[in-house]
Amino acid sequence: MTVPAPSSTITDPTVRAAFQEWLVRIADDELAIGHRHSEWTGVGPDIESDVAMSSIAQEELGHARLFYEQLSGEESGGADRLAFGRRPEEFRNAVLLEQPNQGWEFSIVRLVLYEAYETLRLGLLAQCGQEPVAGLAATLGREERYHGLFGATWLERLARPPADARARVQAALDAAWPYALGFFETTDADGVLLRAGLLPDPAERQLDAWEAAVRPLLERCALAPPAGRPCLGGRRGIHTPALTEMHAAMTEVWASDPEARW
Amino acid sequence: MTHASPDASLERAAWDVLRSVEDPELPIAITDLGLVRDVYVDDHGRIRVRLVPTWTACPALAVIRGRIRDGLRAIPGAGDVSVEYTYDEPWTLERMTAKGREQLAAHGLAVPACRFAEAPVCPYCGSRDVAMESLFGPTLCRSTYVCRRCRNPFERFKPPAER
Repeated sequence: MTVPAPSSTITDPTVRAAFQEWLVRIADDELAIGHRHSEWTGVGPDIESDVAMSSIAQEELGHARLFYEQLSGEESGGADRLAFGRRPEEFRNAVLLEQPNQGWEFSIVRLVLYEAYETLRLGLLAQCGQEPVAGLAATLGREERYHGLFGATWLERLARPPADARARVQAALDAAWPYALGFFETTDADGVLLRAGLLPDPAERQLDAWEAAVRPLLERCALAPPAGRPCLGGRRGIHTPALTEMHAAMTEVWASDPEARW
Repeated sequence: MTHASPDASLERAAWDVLRSVEDPELPIAITDLGLVRDVYVDDHGRIRVRLVPTWTACPALAVIRGRIRDGLRAIPGAGDVSVEYTYDEPWTLERMTAKGREQLAAHGLAVPACRFAEAPVCPYCGSRDVAMESLFGPTLCRSTYVCRRCRNPFERFKPPAER
């Protein structure tokens, strides 16, 4: 019986902890954005967009589960415990992703900014050399393409004249952009991953690549990113009140009986 | 007279089980969809099946795994059974069999030949004069279209995009 080689493991505990921190960020990002997208179910601006946003939510939540499973291993119910059994300050998602939807234009702007970042990040993770995580990242990157296409189509539609429509999208971009810069907030873990060769690019280079990816679309839509300082905190567990509210809604069913099997 | 080794007959039985399991969201066998990556059977009758998911967040994945497990455990002589999804190779359209494509077409579902971006063909009249209604359809693996020639709405199997 030929059994494939087991997945590679990181022996250095500091490096392992840093790698796990990276995976927690990714999983928490996916859970937060998936939950916010899912709030459009039933109230999207048209039936196609409602189905699309719901499908994207379903995929992001599914991806969160896969990363939580990587973190919890074989432990039964471990993924759910990570998703729903932690306190808000234990989450490492970027603060942008916990913000309420406000309006459709904000959700679309956020989706566009996040998908560009996620494509970039999954590309980096696919190069980490750790299986099965690298293969998983490559697989998920192919699925995310459709999210980006949906977001770009909607952004161009929203930013068309009349001018007040574009002004609303620009206002959403002004609100989202400083938080989006928080995607690139670093902790000690980033340096550890870089030195260990697991993460190929430092945050500054990731930020440049992300801006290069989103700017052509924004320019096509006659939108301009605002100047201003980034809103950080999420990668260190410092969140906005929006996460407390979302966390309460998101964990309510699980917390009613943590041992239940669904 | 030679006898087949026990693991060879177990392996045949395992493949019979796999061919009998349908995707709950598509009317074809998982073997025609190309989900099965490989099957290992050892001398103790342990059976290990590895699958390649089309869409990783698809809720049907858990159902499919459960049906395979039940089927494999019911094989006489089967030992421990493990069924897992792997990500070391991506699912691509080439994994789908010709029979699988025909079955999907018979259900009004167009299947791209090889690339996600190619123009679909109406499964009812064969026209290429079609318009996309939505990238996201009733399941994660389907998009919705309408044919401008025969006026039928139809769905298209949506593969994950190529890199």
